[in-house]
Amino acid sequence: MFSLDINNEKTELAKTFVATLIELMKTDDKIIALDADLGSASGLEKIKKTNPDRFIDVGIAEANMTGIAAGLSAVGFIPFIHSFAPFVSRRNYDQLYMAGAYAHNTVNIFGSDPGFAVGPNGGTHTSFEDVALMREIPEAIVCDASDAVLLEWIVKTFAKLKGIHYVRANRKGVKNIYKKGSTFELGKANVLNEGKDILIVCAGQLVSDALDACKILADKNVSAQVIDMFCIKPLDAETLLKCAAGKKAVMSFENHSIVGGLGSAVAEVLAENAVGVKFKRIGVNDRFGEVGSQEYLQKTFGLTAQNLVEQALTLLGKN
Amino acid sequence: MTKEQLLDLKRLSAQIRLDILKMLLHMGYGHLGGSLSLVETMSVLYSKYLRYDPKNPRWTDRDMIVLSKGHAGAVLYAALANLGFFDKEILNSLNEGGTILPSHPDRLKTPGIDMTTGSLGQGTSLAAGIATGFKLNKTDQYVYLIVGDGELNEGQCWEAFQYIAAKKLNNCIVMIDINKKQLDGWTKDILNPFDIAKKMEAFGFFTVKANGADEESISMALDKCREIKDGAVCIALDTTKGQGVKYFENYASNHSVKFNNPEIIKAAEDAISELENYLKGDKKNV
Repeated sequence: MFSLDINNEKTELAKTFVATLIELMKTDDKIIALDADLGSASGLEKIKKTNPDRFIDVGIAEANMTGIAAGLSAVGFIPFIHSFAPFVSRRNYDQLYMAGAYAHNTVNIFGSDPGFAVGPNGGTHTSFEDVALMREIPEAIVCDASDAVLLEWIVKTFAKLKGIHYVRANRKGVKNIYKKGSTFELGKANVLNEGKDILIVCAGQLVSDALDACKILADKNVSAQVIDMFCIKPLDAETLLKCAAGKKAVMSFENHSIVGGLGSAVAEVLAENAVGVKFKRIGVNDRFGEVGSQEYLQKTFGLTAQNLVEQALTLLGKN
Repeated sequence: MTKEQLLDLKRLSAQIRLDILKMLLHMGYGHLGGSLSLVETMSVLYSKYLRYDPKNPRWTDRDMIVLSKGHAGAVLYAALANLGFFDKEILNSLNEGGTILPSHPDRLKTPGIDMTTGSLGQGTSLAAGIATGFKLNKTDQYVYLIVGDGELNEGQCWEAFQYIAAKKLNNCIVMIDINKKQLDGWTKDILNPFDIAKKMEAFGFFTVKANGADEESISMALDKCREIKDGAVCIALDTTKGQGVKYFENYASNHSVKFNNPEIIKAAEDAISELENYLKGDKKNV
């Protein structure tokens, strides 16, 4: 069970990731972390002090890192690999697919700074397609962590499973949403509030923006419901359909391309179940990433609470 | 190695070669050239070096083979069948729907297959991970990583080699099957690999050259590599694509062979009879 603890405080998710792994290593000597020369950026190099032989820096070679992780899993280890999202999803895709998933090896992946979270690293380091790629891998589990409590739970849950498991999250500070100690269910969406006019399905860092949009919409007499679809695959179609029932419109809101990600997954469920509700995907529309602050990028790609409000009002015919 | 041991090895090689030919002729096509070039290597590895248990293929203390050039699956299957991992009759089911013997090895399907391979280059990193795991577990297990010379076109091999050398994974014995040909022709014409042994030395490997058609030479190279305790090791196997059957050694497109005309079928049948006669014969007459 989860409960909300929405405040304006932020937690750095890379710190949560590393602390969670170190905690897991205290009781499980099969947990091992790998990074591709970003150990200081992720903070994973801290493991050198706590568990010296449980951190491997493979150098700048993500495909190799993925294969090594898969090989380690073949002899009983539980590997977690990290790099920036595009480098542990797009660059090493065939290794994840073949050496990982097809061979039934286990690779847990932390893709950091997805989408606009890339900030000053810019277009070369941007991933607006990682969720789409990872969804395509048979049997893979794909998550987008909206806050530290959820990320910690996801990492601990991945450590118990066999297969390819991907979680994307901002390394840096992200607003707290859930109360510490909350538990969740893989493949089950978190319904964050009640609302009768419009359903907003979102995931990751944008969940807090969606909640902000809710407040603005309420001032305009629009009652919006938000669900945190943190597990994009498998998608919780049951909750989605239940929440969509009776709504005037449904929107997806994602820090990702509208092709192949959360919005596509939601559209598939709505269409196949003949829900026939007005529907709009808010995400990145056939564009490459670029450089700038997170705030600038969020605004540039229309991934703000304000844009969500405007799009919602348009969809409802109130603009 | 005693003369008797050597003769046993040569007989196993002949049997593996025979089974590859029968298997692929039965199917009507297959990756013949690169399977034949590894016959003697497999024979030596399974007879002298690998710790394995055909009754318990997943035995956790076993040594492993990662056949990164997965298209040579037939040589591995022929070896495994001869060592009792599965019934020999199953060899004829190669590539049939629902078979346990897919063209490229699948660790989930075949008893004795330690790693799934086929997407070239990827076995190198997998073997590096396995060797790292053995080291972390403080066991004396070995993983034998078999890579094709054509496969070295794949950049991932060199990423993995850098790692294996940097981490001093002496328990990952890299064996490069230098049969000098790849699908489209000679390796020197497609993408000249230059001197592979020198390249491996430059990458930090203790590198030994061996005659890949000679069990004794392969065995001596393996002994030398296993003496190294503080660095990466590599055996550059000088082999011939289609090895051991003159017709197929000289056959231009011997990467994947189609047995679709009387001449090529007769060549395979002649080789089969020759090997059968050899195996029927007295060891002293070999």
